Amino acid sequence: MNKDIFVVVEQRAGHIQKVTYELIGEATKLARDLGEDVVAVLLGKDITKQAQTLVEYGAAKVLVVDNPVLEHYTTEPYTKAVHYIIKKFNPNIVLYGASSIGRDVAPRVAGRVHTGLTADCTGLAIDPETKLLMMTRPAFGGNIMATIVCRKYRPQMATVRPGVMAMPAREAGRKGEIIQVDAGLSPADMNVEILEVVKSAQKVVDITEAKILVSGGRGVGGAEGYNPLRALAKELGGEVSSSRIGVDSGWIEKNRQVGQTGKTVRPNLYLACGISGAIQHLAGMEDSEFIVAINKDETCPMMKLADLGVVGDLKLIVPKLTQAVADYHAKQKV
Amino acid sequence: MDFKLDKVHQLQQQLFRTFAETEIKPLAKDMDENEQYDLGLLKKMQKYGFLGIPYGKEYGGCGSDTLAYTLCMEEVSRVDASSGITISVHTSLACSCIANFGTEEQKQKFLRPLVDGSKIGCFGLTEPGAGSDVQGAQTVAVPDGDDYIITGNKIFTTNSGFADTFVVFALTDRTVPAAKGLTAFIVDRTMPGVQVSDNIERMGIRAASNCIVNYDNVRVSKDRILGQLNKGFKIAMGALDCGRIGIAAQSVGIAQGALNEAIKYAKERKQFGKPITAFQNTQFKIAELQTKIDAARLMTWRAALSEDAHEKFGPLAAMAKLFASDVANDVTRYAVQMMGGYGYCREYPVERMMRDAKITEIYEGTSEVMKIVISGSMKLK
Amino acid sequence: MKIIVCIKQVPDTAEVKLDPKTNTLIRDGVPSIINHDDKAGLETALKLREAHGGTVTVVCMGPPQADVALREALAMGADEAYLLSAREFGGSDTYATATIIATALKKIGFDLVITGRQAIDGDTAQVGPQIAEQLGVPQVSYVEEARVEGNSIIVKRQFEDSAQILKVKMPCLITALAELAEPRYMNVGGIVDAYQKEVKVIGFDDLKNSLNPEWIGINGSPTNVVKSFTKQAKVAGTLMKDLTPDQAVAAIMDKLIERHII
Repeated sequence: MNKDIFVVVEQRAGHIQKVTYELIGEATKLARDLGEDVVAVLLGKDITKQAQTLVEYGAAKVLVVDNPVLEHYTTEPYTKAVHYIIKKFNPNIVLYGASSIGRDVAPRVAGRVHTGLTADCTGLAIDPETKLLMMTRPAFGGNIMATIVCRKYRPQMATVRPGVMAMPAREAGRKGEIIQVDAGLSPADMNVEILEVVKSAQKVVDITEAKILVSGGRGVGGAEGYNPLRALAKELGGEVSSSRIGVDSGWIEKNRQVGQTGKTVRPNLYLACGISGAIQHLAGMEDSEFIVAINKDETCPMMKLADLGVVGDLKLIVPKLTQAVADYHAKQKV
Repeated sequence: MDFKLDKVHQLQQQLFRTFAETEIKPLAKDMDENEQYDLGLLKKMQKYGFLGIPYGKEYGGCGSDTLAYTLCMEEVSRVDASSGITISVHTSLACSCIANFGTEEQKQKFLRPLVDGSKIGCFGLTEPGAGSDVQGAQTVAVPDGDDYIITGNKIFTTNSGFADTFVVFALTDRTVPAAKGLTAFIVDRTMPGVQVSDNIERMGIRAASNCIVNYDNVRVSKDRILGQLNKGFKIAMGALDCGRIGIAAQSVGIAQGALNEAIKYAKERKQFGKPITAFQNTQFKIAELQTKIDAARLMTWRAALSEDAHEKFGPLAAMAKLFASDVANDVTRYAVQMMGGYGYCREYPVERMMRDAKITEIYEGTSEVMKIVISGSMKLK
Repeated sequence: MKIIVCIKQVPDTAEVKLDPKTNTLIRDGVPSIINHDDKAGLETALKLREAHGGTVTVVCMGPPQADVALREALAMGADEAYLLSAREFGGSDTYATATIIATALKKIGFDLVITGRQAIDGDTAQVGPQIAEQLGVPQVSYVEEARVEGNSIIVKRQFEDSAQILKVKMPCLITALAELAEPRYMNVGGIVDAYQKEVKVIGFDDLKNSLNPEWIGINGSPTNVVKSFTKQAKVAGTLMKDLTPDQAVAAIMDKLIERHII
């Protein structure tokens, strides 16, 4: 009775976000296990022209709610539209990107529909016996993983962490159904007033908040030596940090020092360039999710700690790595 | 008899610990290096009630007790002994005189701004020629109509660099021993003739303000006399009894803070293939020192509870200070030793804690004076 | 203006233990704090009260030991506190939790509800919006600035790369980010006062006539945990040597892509 996997499209200012395609890709795999279809739910103003792209990434069908009141994201019109679609089309599963939009609209929809919602999933699978969606997600700041099901209520819903699921291939010219839906929206549905839309201002650097750190040590050799690291950090969307020697030598600011008398960091990636790994430094970063070390000395403590230790000259490797990442990003741009 | 803190005191301890770790600890090193207390930090402490803990709500205080005050002193002193003494001199020396001996009018006028976080107090008793021998005081207060004129020098007046209110002891009767001729006065910083020197350069608690105050014909009205004329000696001694509990708590804090730092370091520092804490001699030494700190803490709490029960707590306070100050010096010396060369570096806090610890055996009554007080209470003669 | 702040008491460390039978958390023995986002919400409420008058009521759903979180909120300056605690409430997922809290909030009454965006243990960020849905009031989440103007609240709503300034008529609900406000500490005297006040306990009997008992607790939760596991301990790393710079870059890129770091 409840059928198909719906992906609620994340669009900001008319641009469909990458997480949507990741979800379509993942939904395609799940749909295969269920023998069902992937349907994209596209909400916005003057948005219909984007629907074909969704088909090309794997949606069998796109349900479009194209209405002026959906021009900017606000909770109620979007909730109402998704709720209408769920009631009318009875999906088995609904997926959203776990963004600041997805994590605002999905719980409201779950409340209105009275169904279960699992937040920020990093893994989805169909249980071969029960055919239930198994939703795996981190809790306790990522120290525990939990697998969750929604047995009695439909649809089964999840918000999914961006950047975790694989991007599917795009098949230009692929055919799919694009259906306009009237969800009965009107300006009266706006229960908030948008006074202004602002672009984000630059935030002050706090290396303890960075998810990626490119860190330099003695091997960097001087203040200018950090420039290639900065370029790499910028390309990766991270920050630059340093062991103590860089700070003591005046090569970089103190608020970027990682270590026992500096800051303790736990980024997803700690890229240690020319850092030998004195105990006082390791104490500040040893809990990082993934540690890559580039150093000429294969016996140094940092190489022993690292998940991936590469023996080599950071001055040669770092600029090439920056270029490789830039090339990769360029290929990913849609 | 329950040695556990009740819920109120537990939550207060949590407040003091969190505040000390977050607000005071990051500033401690620089304040010590620059010999300058951070007045912004002081304002924060005033805002949250740290400077009026054991005084009643009817005067704008926190309505809490001496035990809570010792918890504050310990937690603060774990990270910065200078912050500890700043709070202690204000709370135990300056405020207690007015709270215990002031008229209702004086309490509303002078105690209230001190305990509600508006003003800071200090205590002018010690003179260049009168330390342990309080009776060697030479500062005089000469009557002049309805006023008194105070002339003299006080040394080592903590907080005087920025305090608003000075409780000063001066001779009003020079024909008798000082014990019978000393009077306590409440002086404002802004009164003409009050001259405060620069910070005296010291071995430790360098961030605390500690200056020579010269009273150059400072005119005070009669209503500024605290308690009765010529009855000031008792007020000073009573204040010092309170102060000693504060210093005992400060000592416990210095000791525990130093030991915690050293243990943290030693768990990570590997020599001869193991962390230093894996060696039994280190474990045994840590056990001995923690035992002593624990004993000092309980003695401090006992003195605090005795004060709150309005008993004669002087000898208990003296014992707590005597013991705790010795423990602080013992522990900090070992903390530096355990951290080796790094312990000697100013980058790490234990050398400062060792320098800070020394004064606890000296001020508010030397360890020798503590023994006079204790033996004096034991009917030995 | 009557403001209700919903707070959650959460464990402070990464040490977590699970009850193998129910797959819910064992909270005893782990130091607890008020969740960071919630505390920022409480600070905002206190500031709004200072500017506009009114009352700040704190509500917490939790086991009996959550009492100390409410005392802390009172010591920071909240006027009154409610603890929603009952055996029947235990094991609730976000929908069931929101059901219980919304029922209590309706009884207490409010102009503005402030919740934290996300708790650091559950990490769902779902309860705030689900409470708003059950209360039938507008919600704004990811709030990083807030002020009151007459009957409305004006907020800055954070998105990944932009923000909206929104005006919302009360009654409404906002979810607070930690950036919304730097929380004050407790006041020493405030702690003394906090323990002289009453923390009102709301149990199952107080609410059972106002909600559907089948929609709360483990059995009323639409979602259930089937498995919980800690992440694997760190495996020994790989050392690669004798590579050319290009080979080194390729090896690193492989890992970055595999781990979805880029």
